[in-house]
Amino acid sequence: MVETLENTTFDVQAIRQHFPVLNRVVKGKPLVYFDNAATTQKPQVVIDALAEYYKNYNANIHRGIHSLAEEATAAYEATRDTVQQFIHAKEREEIIFTRGVTESINLVAYTWARTNLKAGDEIIISGMEHHSNIVPWQLIGEMTGAKLKVIPVNDNGELIMDEFHQLLNEKVKLVSVVHASNSLGTINPVKEIIDAAHKVGAVVMIDGAQSTVHLDIDVQELDCDFFAISSHKVYGPTGIGVLYGKRALLEAMPPFMGGGEMIKDVSFEKTTWNDLPYKFEAGTPNIADTVALKAALDFVSGIGKATIRQHEDALLKYATEQLQSIDGIRLIGTAKQKVSVASYVVEGVHPQDLGILLDNQGVAVRTGHHCTQPLMNRFGIPGTTRASFAMYNSKEEIDVMIAGLHKAIKLLR
Amino acid sequence: MSEIKSIAETEEEIVDEFSLFDSWDEKYEYIIDMGKKLKPLEEEHKKDENKIKGCQSTVWMVSELKDGKVYYRAESDAVIVKGLVSMLIRVLSGHAPKDIIDAKLDFIDKIGMKQHLAQTRSNGLLSMVKQMKLDATVYLAKGMNEVKE
Repeated sequence: MVETLENTTFDVQAIRQHFPVLNRVVKGKPLVYFDNAATTQKPQVVIDALAEYYKNYNANIHRGIHSLAEEATAAYEATRDTVQQFIHAKEREEIIFTRGVTESINLVAYTWARTNLKAGDEIIISGMEHHSNIVPWQLIGEMTGAKLKVIPVNDNGELIMDEFHQLLNEKVKLVSVVHASNSLGTINPVKEIIDAAHKVGAVVMIDGAQSTVHLDIDVQELDCDFFAISSHKVYGPTGIGVLYGKRALLEAMPPFMGGGEMIKDVSFEKTTWNDLPYKFEAGTPNIADTVALKAALDFVSGIGKATIRQHEDALLKYATEQLQSIDGIRLIGTAKQKVSVASYVVEGVHPQDLGILLDNQGVAVRTGHHCTQPLMNRFGIPGTTRASFAMYNSKEEIDVMIAGLHKAIKLLR
Repeated sequence: MSEIKSIAETEEEIVDEFSLFDSWDEKYEYIIDMGKKLKPLEEEHKKDENKIKGCQSTVWMVSELKDGKVYYRAESDAVIVKGLVSMLIRVLSGHAPKDIIDAKLDFIDKIGMKQHLAQTRSNGLLSMVKQMKLDATVYLAKGMNEVKE
């Protein structure tokens, strides 16, 4: 079946064939998976890559002299090259494997920030950050005496950029903002933020947890200093992520964790660090998931981000229109630039009740504060119901959610 | 006044009621209906110390001991949770602390609620049960008439 959306031909049924989990029946109904901002489902190629690794060439990487170790090392390092191309990094050594965005941010906090910040310095974040881009800076603030400043958010869920420019001064040493909001979908003007921050000499970290799967990422064009990625939000396995950092910064930073792999020479008197990227990859890494991440990125590139985005944008537009037809609904996050996230509250109805009743219809949405409590407070709500769309979602699935909503609201009010 | 049913008898009664329903749609409709009928808690009781931890939505619960029996009242901002807590109150309220502590409460399993609710929500349900049993334990330990809030 070919679905036509906005004059685009996108064979969503063909795409769906790649994702075995989409055949699931939940509570007696075909699964409608709209929790993609939390994690995306995995295509067969990713599942195969994981199984292949364990079946055929599982070995500890680097330094191994035998064939399996060499094959595993080659596969692991091939992912680094793919990530480098995927985000257009200048050098492969600027790609550090972590467990995900949370660890990437913590790595920067505990190495760069801890050694470069002092009392009186300022860190700017935004009012729409995920807790993982708030709490590490609060911890570092407590250690160093650096103060946290917050860019406010307007009623549409956009950053108030005038206020951001007002916050900038020579005391600001770090700006860490989310590229696309997980709760609202807002795409932030990160290029403007990066350029302005650089003018006052601040270092900029971008949380790419939500943006990497939807937008073309070019870290050189953005000129950001750090960029964080989670594999599982880009159709890849859980437990693996990326920290991109500019070489000069990474070279100057102390190691994050000590152990094997990250050293050059160890003696009890003096240990020297390994070169980039290994300096930041202590211990046996998550080899299998790293290897499979390549399959995920190749899969996305094979279809083309522009094609996927066109489809997702059409889904978002359709969902937004349909949701607005529901009596008493309030969309949270109506920014002009958005990734495919539709967050909403329904008057007189608790999000948890909606979530349970939608689940009963086989529709998986997320309800709650989405780990952005300050943002929820900004909108004066305890949480939202959030539907987030991926390449394999369809208009028909949105119809199922809307029908489910009508049914649930009738019951709950 | 009709004779007060034992905890096990009320549990069985609920299991029987749920056995009439063919689908979860109907079960939820029933739970929501019970939730809507639950007598609201006075505003003064809706404070932090009466909140039950482990719930995604907010649940406030108070209890009191009268003539050796524990009486519970509760409210939530979510209707389904209110329905669940109203079932727990129907089963446990008006019984002696010892009976409440010993209650098996396997009706939750039998009506399929435990399996049907996602883990996080099921934990919320268990938190409510835990709180109710905790209150009963406190009354038993103190062995005296008093209001616990």
